[in-house]
Amino acid sequence: MKEFLLVFKADYNAMPKTPEEMQANTQNWMNWIGGIAAQNKLSDRGNRLDRAGTVVKKGDGIISDGPYTEIKESIMGYTLIKSDSLDEATEIAKGCPIFNFGGEVEVREINVM
Amino acid sequence: MGPQELTPHLFRTEYSKIVAVLCRTFHFRHIEIAADIASETFLKASEYWAQKGVPENPAAWLYTVARNKAKDYLKHTAIFETEIRKGLMHDESWTELDFDFNHQTISDSQLAMIFAACNPVNSSEAQLCLTLQILCGFSLVEISNALLAKQETIKKRLQRARENLRNENFQIKSLSEDEIKTRFEVVLRALYLLFNEGYFSKSNSLLIRKDLCLEAIRLALVLTGNELTDTPEANALLALMCFQSSRLEARTDESGAAVLFDEQDRSLWDQALIQKGNHYLIQASKGTELSKYHLEAAIAYWHTTTADPKKWQHILNLYNELIVVEYSPVTALNRVFAYAKVYGNDNGIREAEKLNLKESGYFHGLLGYLYTGLDSNKALEHYRKAILLTKSEAERKVLEKQVFRLIPIPEKDSRHDGDSFTL
Repeated sequence: MKEFLLVFKADYNAMPKTPEEMQANTQNWMNWIGGIAAQNKLSDRGNRLDRAGTVVKKGDGIISDGPYTEIKESIMGYTLIKSDSLDEATEIAKGCPIFNFGGEVEVREINVM
Repeated sequence: MGPQELTPHLFRTEYSKIVAVLCRTFHFRHIEIAADIASETFLKASEYWAQKGVPENPAAWLYTVARNKAKDYLKHTAIFETEIRKGLMHDESWTELDFDFNHQTISDSQLAMIFAACNPVNSSEAQLCLTLQILCGFSLVEISNALLAKQETIKKRLQRARENLRNENFQIKSLSEDEIKTRFEVVLRALYLLFNEGYFSKSNSLLIRKDLCLEAIRLALVLTGNELTDTPEANALLALMCFQSSRLEARTDESGAAVLFDEQDRSLWDQALIQKGNHYLIQASKGTELSKYHLEAAIAYWHTTTADPKKWQHILNLYNELIVVEYSPVTALNRVFAYAKVYGNDNGIREAEKLNLKESGYFHGLLGYLYTGLDSNKALEHYRKAILLTKSEAERKVLEKQVFRLIPIPEKDSRHDGDSFTL
């Protein structure tokens, strides 16, 4: 079994806003994560990432505060899964509820150091 | 009531107390000595009571005899000289040693004994056997009946387990807070297994099943009755046991065959136990801890309710949490059942097919259930596979009943209003 990192990216502004939408979204995420765990393929449920953050760059170390609101694809969270192959991991990622809001999932195999 | 009927019942309740108190008081390294003394005490009781009648307070009689036998034993062995006296230096006259079978001593001793029996040097199977023997007073025959294993296997398992304890320098003593903390999880798991062994027992005897469940509850009560171990987790486990036990009578018919949840006579559910479950669930909710026992207790709680339209949504979410905390095939299948209740059988089938459990009878039983009303041929196919795969006679009977229902003309309303799959 290999391990894969799923990185969820989306536009923060496209996220659900009404309480009903938010609740339905939470339910979808719970079902999806629960479904992965039910296949015994969840390695670490992971976390959501807060909207505030900085990006540090070379030189003076330009630190920008929360640039993500401007960017269409902010990293919103991550999850670790177990899978035999990249293909299977990709298949699992296809069920991610982030697609309901125009987001995307990056699937990367973890190279253990 | 003659001594013949009285003694077995007393044996169950008193044997383990006597062993625990003896072990703790005299620092017996060898549980066998305490067990021998307890057995001799009962032997004497059965002879004496048969002739003279049962004393007014049988338990007190047993304690007195056990205490005297223990003292006799100590007088005649070197253990007393070399080990016990050291511990009793503060006490000039050891015969006046505070060696009472009072409520507190019994409770403390049993707690210490639970932690001793659940020593992680032993496998969980071995812990279960030790617990049944030392703490529940089960005989070898009873253990092998309860666990459906050969007596010889159990005997060997117990011998090995005791050897391991001895090598660990086994002592029944007051536990430090640290020891309790580090071993608590193992203890809870052992009691959880003990309960499940009863609740989902392969044994057909309702008597055996009830016995195991009640013993598990009794031991869990020892935990919640002691300040150090009265944790939210222990209360959650106890709540779970109460909710589940409330259905013990309704789960089997007179012949011992299993009755599915939706076919159970709800008037047979034990309301008093449900109330107790509610009480302990509230106790468990103090603090912020959310263990797997909390989740399972909450699921069991929802099963005792009928009115809430969101019931299955709640149950599904709890299963979503539980499966993340700890994977097990049974949880995965129960989650699919709840999923189908919320999103319909066709979506449930899609969710089930992602699971890699094709070798499990339960898996096919579930698919048989979900296909019923959608595709009778597929339903039959899965039920038949389930029958081939199951090892339990009781389960096979239930499955055959389902097949029988499917073979004639399809039912009017084929979407079952079932309430649970394995509960």
